[in-house]
Amino acid sequence: MKTMNGAIFAQLDRDRVHFQHGPIDLIIEARGKPATVRAAYALAWERFQGLLEGLVAELALLRSPVQQAQAVNGPVARRMVNACWPYRDVFITPMAAVAGAVADEVLGALVLAGVDKAYVNNGGDIALHLTAGETFRVGVVEGLVRLAGDINVSADLPVRGVATSGWRGRSFSLGIADSVTVLAANAAAADAAATIIANAVNIDDAAIERRPASTIKDDSDLGERLVTVAVGRLSMQKVQAALARGGAEAQRLLDAGLICGAALLLQGEAKVLGLAAPAGSARINQLEYA
Amino acid sequence: MATTHADPAADVVPDTTDQGGGKIVCNACPVLCNITEGRSGACDRYANVSGVLTRVDPLLLMQRPAGDARLVRFSSDTGWNGNPVAPFQADAAAVPARRGEGEDLFVSGVGSGTTYPDYKPAPFIVSSRHEGVDMVTVVTEGIFSYCSFKIKIDTDRYLGPEQSSVRVDGEVVGHVTTIEYGSQMLSIGGVHHLTGGSKKEGRVTCDVMMALGNKQPVEFDIEGGAKVVVQAGRAPIINGVEEQRMRVGCGSATIGIFAKQWEGHVDEVVVVDDHITGVLSEHQAGKFLDMRDGGIKVIGRKSTPGRYFQVANPGAGWGGTDITDPLKIIKAIDPKKAWPGERILFVSTTGEDWAYFILDDKLQPQPAPVPAAIKKVVDRIGENCEPALCTVLFMGGAGGSLRAGVTENPIALTRSIKEALVQVTCGGAPAYIWPGGGIMVMTDVMKMPDAAFGWVPTPAIVAPVEFSMKLADYEKLGGHMDRVQTLQQVLATAKHTIVGWEPSNPWPMV
Repeated sequence: MKTMNGAIFAQLDRDRVHFQHGPIDLIIEARGKPATVRAAYALAWERFQGLLEGLVAELALLRSPVQQAQAVNGPVARRMVNACWPYRDVFITPMAAVAGAVADEVLGALVLAGVDKAYVNNGGDIALHLTAGETFRVGVVEGLVRLAGDINVSADLPVRGVATSGWRGRSFSLGIADSVTVLAANAAAADAAATIIANAVNIDDAAIERRPASTIKDDSDLGERLVTVAVGRLSMQKVQAALARGGAEAQRLLDAGLICGAALLLQGEAKVLGLAAPAGSARINQLEYA
Repeated sequence: MATTHADPAADVVPDTTDQGGGKIVCNACPVLCNITEGRSGACDRYANVSGVLTRVDPLLLMQRPAGDARLVRFSSDTGWNGNPVAPFQADAAAVPARRGEGEDLFVSGVGSGTTYPDYKPAPFIVSSRHEGVDMVTVVTEGIFSYCSFKIKIDTDRYLGPEQSSVRVDGEVVGHVTTIEYGSQMLSIGGVHHLTGGSKKEGRVTCDVMMALGNKQPVEFDIEGGAKVVVQAGRAPIINGVEEQRMRVGCGSATIGIFAKQWEGHVDEVVVVDDHITGVLSEHQAGKFLDMRDGGIKVIGRKSTPGRYFQVANPGAGWGGTDITDPLKIIKAIDPKKAWPGERILFVSTTGEDWAYFILDDKLQPQPAPVPAAIKKVVDRIGENCEPALCTVLFMGGAGGSLRAGVTENPIALTRSIKEALVQVTCGGAPAYIWPGGGIMVMTDVMKMPDAAFGWVPTPAIVAPVEFSMKLADYEKLGGHMDRVQTLQQVLATAKHTIVGWEPSNPWPMV
């Protein structure tokens, strides 16, 4: 179950496997001929070997603003930089896309093996592979608790990555969104965009508690920047205003072709754009408010 | 200077260099997080709890009923709160004094992880008290290349020749071994198939073994034989037909058991069986009842009077033979001994197949309605058959480097187990230890928790193993005393799940 370097491989049930190494936690499922699926898992596991070590080797650079991190070489590191590069005008480090980039990299191994359909879920940041006629139903949870709706992603859509960001998640957020779920061409792009949009869902209010990132987690790439640690009840006006700011940012990314759709949730209110919107073909079902 | 020391629950030893500010370096993975006291590392899996590196992986604990281990009655007047392992309050006076704290909890190897290749102490070395004596349980998950599953399939149906290959997905994953009483044995897995053959053979074997251990169904294709679906604790499905009953005994035994009950109602009984077909009047049991020789001669090779081998080929017909028409096994009817009106019953060893005949004037058997007295005995054969089951036993050698996780002097562990000073369990289930060298364990997977088995891509099987013994004995055998932690520490520091103790398993702390 555990290899010499500490990476863990586990079969979760008949269909899914679990890879874990340090902070990386992947739930993987591939569909296809049994022999192909087995070969795919073996290939993915092979790719997983040394993946974390590769990231750690360039960790100092990856924790710096993306302009300074351009020099990275590793395949996952390159994915991270590429995904964050469009946002270089604001403060962003490639770490904003690490979860999605790892998911994309491991998915690549599954695709190579020739499976019909697969996903790699890295703690909510999901890389998808679909062949003609296949679809995925991706659930969207609100505040990481309640299932707010679901998104149907079919093979004919350009969506191959889904990522969620928010102040309650494992990574820090500068904003106050309960969650921002983004659909994009790959998981790394979705991951970076979700971070940017979640940061933009923001407003000043006494009910919001912020603390320097460095006082919560050691070695955070956000350093002394204030991250959200608690959000009290906000007035409807403020909720709408915060969502409007986040929505405007999401619309900007949509127009720039960086994302395919987004769903922003804050205190029971939602804003849905692009493919995720009611008219979009990957629309969120059940999400009644907007 | 920050004090740093390892939590025994963590299989990593933190760097002891002064990081300043009460920080410790976690070396569980290459990230080497520098963790401040009260915080967790990048993974949220290891944390610095008061200077102690603490793992937060879920570990499976098992809880037995508190107080005496009686079962809770399912009635409304007992004051039962719905907890199946709680003593019922209405009868509180009858409940002996509660055991001490933690004496009802057992830490299983499921989810414990391993420190393969075990140059480090096992992930959990837990001390607890049992009836006032300090006990220690060394908890780990072993990676077994040398392991297999021994399968007992209750059936008389023909599954295939002995030594035949057993295949899944075209790959050989095991073989047919002996036929035992009413059962066919298979051996599945083993190092030869796991790592000795092609990569695909190893992968398929590993998949099959995982499924068997985790009580999932597997369809085997036996070379020159049947297709059989095996699932621990379930009836086998042979060539698409679910087996119902296990035979009451061989044909000869069936004659022996029921001879007296047939007496006076029938003149001849032939019990059709793939192993030994019994003929009542000629059988010792019939002779004992002074039965007249009815002149019915069956085909096959006579073993002793009234007992015949090889009356037919093995098959899916009566009693595991290929017989579907019982008259086919009559070689001759001796006109000097048989008589018109002679009553003959043919029956299989499970009572599932039977036919009743009466000889006509030309001494030819003619089908006839069966008298109730005879049918009653046929039904009784069925009634005496136990349900057919598949039994799956895990067998693995824990005598390798895994022992180093328990003690610095591995032979001491082996000897202590042989001297019964150490109880070995797999996920809390009792393990039979083979006599002779090594620590060869054998365990019924039905007594283990669900999803107890894992695998690694080597390929090899991961199984939970616990070694329980008195703390004093643990010290004597050179145990990692500095790594012993209390059950309370485990509960406080390890992310865990508690499930009910399997009531048929003996408590390992004795």
